[in-house]
Amino acid sequence: MANCELPAERRRACLGFGLPLAFLLLAASLVLAANGAQEGGAVTKAVEYRHFPVIGSRVAVWIIAQLHLMFGAFVLAVPMFALIIEFIGYKTGDKRYDQLAYEFTRLLSVSFSFTASLGALLTFMLFILYPKVMNYLTQIFSWTFFPYVLLFFLEAVFLYSYYYGWGKFHPVTHLLIGLALNLVGIGIIFIADAWLTFMNTPRGIDQAGHLVNLWEAINNYIWMPINIHRLIANISFGGSIAAAYGAYRFLASSTPEERAHYDWMGYVGNFIAISALLPLPFAGYWLGTEIYAYSQTLGVVLMGGTFSWLFIIQAVLIGNLFLAANYYLWVSMQRIEGAERYYRFIKYLLASITLCFLVWATPHSLVATVQEARAMGGQHHPILGVLGVMSAKNTAVNILILTTYISFLLYRRGNKEPTVSWARTGNLIQFAIFAFAVVFVIFLGVYGYFVEAKVRIRLSVPQVLTVLLTMIVVTLIDVFMFKNARIKGPIRWGEMPARSQYALFFIAITFAWTMGLMGYVRSGMRQHWHVYNVMKDTSPDAYTPTLGFAANVITITVLIFFSFIAVIFWLTGLTSKKSSGAKWEASA
Amino acid sequence: MKPLVVLILALVLLGLRFLRLSRVLWVPVWWLASYVFLVYGIEPPLPRSIILMFMGIITLSLLAYFSVDSQTLSAAWGAIVRFVTDRRYTIPLAMVVVALPAAVGWVAYRNASKAPNPPLFGRTIHPPPPIEITFKGKKINLTEADNPFRALEKSDPDKFRQHVARGRVIYFQNCVFCHGDNLNGEGLFAHGFDPLPANFADPTTIAMLQESYLFWRIAKGGPGLPEESAPWASAMPAWEKFLSEEDIWDVILFLYDYTGYRPRAKESLE
Repeated sequence: MANCELPAERRRACLGFGLPLAFLLLAASLVLAANGAQEGGAVTKAVEYRHFPVIGSRVAVWIIAQLHLMFGAFVLAVPMFALIIEFIGYKTGDKRYDQLAYEFTRLLSVSFSFTASLGALLTFMLFILYPKVMNYLTQIFSWTFFPYVLLFFLEAVFLYSYYYGWGKFHPVTHLLIGLALNLVGIGIIFIADAWLTFMNTPRGIDQAGHLVNLWEAINNYIWMPINIHRLIANISFGGSIAAAYGAYRFLASSTPEERAHYDWMGYVGNFIAISALLPLPFAGYWLGTEIYAYSQTLGVVLMGGTFSWLFIIQAVLIGNLFLAANYYLWVSMQRIEGAERYYRFIKYLLASITLCFLVWATPHSLVATVQEARAMGGQHHPILGVLGVMSAKNTAVNILILTTYISFLLYRRGNKEPTVSWARTGNLIQFAIFAFAVVFVIFLGVYGYFVEAKVRIRLSVPQVLTVLLTMIVVTLIDVFMFKNARIKGPIRWGEMPARSQYALFFIAITFAWTMGLMGYVRSGMRQHWHVYNVMKDTSPDAYTPTLGFAANVITITVLIFFSFIAVIFWLTGLTSKKSSGAKWEASA
Repeated sequence: MKPLVVLILALVLLGLRFLRLSRVLWVPVWWLASYVFLVYGIEPPLPRSIILMFMGIITLSLLAYFSVDSQTLSAAWGAIVRFVTDRRYTIPLAMVVVALPAAVGWVAYRNASKAPNPPLFGRTIHPPPPIEITFKGKKINLTEADNPFRALEKSDPDKFRQHVARGRVIYFQNCVFCHGDNLNGEGLFAHGFDPLPANFADPTTIAMLQESYLFWRIAKGGPGLPEESAPWASAMPAWEKFLSEEDIWDVILFLYDYTGYRPRAKESLE
């Protein structure tokens, strides 16, 4: 394992470890003080809201909360794939994996301090600016604060042990620390999710809003869907940021070894991001279904009301993500000798992606002038209107996923020539499976128009299962087919055009923007409620901002986030300069 | 779709294959073909907003196609450099230099000389319903409310048919003038309204909604729409002033019965 014992790092560790904890202790004491004040006197009851200068309380909390969430997502996600990569390195004995896992983990040290500081700032702001709602939430969830603080403390212990213990512990001990770090991280996110999901779909309280059952308040209707959705999204987001770091270092590299190493890092980060992106739409769909089931009003606010336009923007962003991810894979094929055979397929894959993207982004109700609406016979176009509903969207996203998978399959095969006797049959079977999957997914999509909504929603399950099963079976066939394959040439890591690295930046920024957008949707759908149907928002900000305003706030937040990320990349780059005896061996 | 436009486009694209165009030239060809198809190939015509969005996506895809291969990219870049610097291309270059601002000027002229139009709004077609409404003094929870006669469909089909028949009479006495005798939103008065009356035959309207949602819309009409649905000039009356609760549930039964759609069922919480 790489040796990274540096006095400067130790100092940074003390800072990184101490600063967040100090903030956290301050925040915890503030919470307890606020709770005590609420029980003890009428002072806090008199003040329901305070005003934040210039931008107002809502925008201030909005920006800080989103920044905290983005850093939190990154800090919780990176250990997940770092652990898996380290484990691969341990099992295979390939030092490059170990080095890569360490490189990913290196990003965590500074990020963790940023996350904790932003979290503490968010706590302060919430208690200062929104004392009424925070008092209420403290009444409901006060007992969850203690395990949260404890887990946070353990997170700090495990994270720094994991990072600074690299190469110093026995590999198995180190892996176990990584595992503990991940479990604690998941615990943290689950507790925090309980607080925010309760605000959307409150449960475990009586008519007057008093707590009846804490577990029910935690396990409210969308708690688990949000947990799952966030876990997957965090991995995707973390992978994309790590890939962006690889791209940054690739572009700044001065030696072929460094370029090769960071090219590989970018590739692995992107692979993680896209692999996690594939099931994400389905997790989101489960979440949406639960919201609709909880309240038709909330469901319509999301999918039929003002917020539905944000989903169109989201569709455009996700379409861009898929396009960029595939683009990166196609450009990457240029560094693989023998992959030229597959270039001719790119245009068909691109056509499929474009068509699915168009369907995915088609709104149900179109923005049209009166004349255009009259010509269409209403706000719904007779042809496009059909593409604007979930049956079409589900079909499009499933085929989009399959197409991306095919791109990866071609990339994977790039320099390999099967030597098994049944290669031709295997290819035919794979083709038949793909064809069947596409036809079946489209059939279910079309069938969805002829059945009631409840059945239609359920049809998404066989669609997803078909796609997942297809990917598993085709991968299995591929693995056996390319066992002992003849290698046509090496993968020339580092020989990538710069535009491929900008595609990685584009993916990371798009992920961050999508995350900001969806975070706003989840929070904003409550509209004028702090806790839906329980506690009204009576502040001056109790209105839904215009889409343009919301988009501007999200954009500014993303810009701030990437400014911070640039600082983190720079700091991490300083650390790695000292220890970048990157012993890169060109991969086969 | 306009088959003639599609046929001409297909023939042109097929014909160009024989010319063995380079990848660089195929990009503008496909861009133009897509534009022509979206503007002239679909009937009824697509709104300008959606054409812009689609063309944005298509442009991105074509750029990806164009730039994925380093050789194509450098060949294209070389061609552009040659076009701008080689003396052989002076005349075509001059034509491009004149044509580009001329095209921009033409678009500006066309936009400025167009007949005035009402401003464009992204209107919310399905505004979220309130949790509870008051109907003639009675509170109705829209999240929990069900059509009280829907159960008769199985328990007492004859009685159910009576309610549907009653709904039909109510519809043709009150709603047909705007929503039309085919329930497709093309009633006699429809052409005078903006927004146009809802088209119930569209599989993406009432089939997507629970019956309580329809009850709310019929009972409260245009005046009862939430603010987010602005700009709102809906001519839909608040039918609670003219119809009873039973009348409204009956007419809802008729809407689903006539169109053959099923109302959105309530999902169970997991």
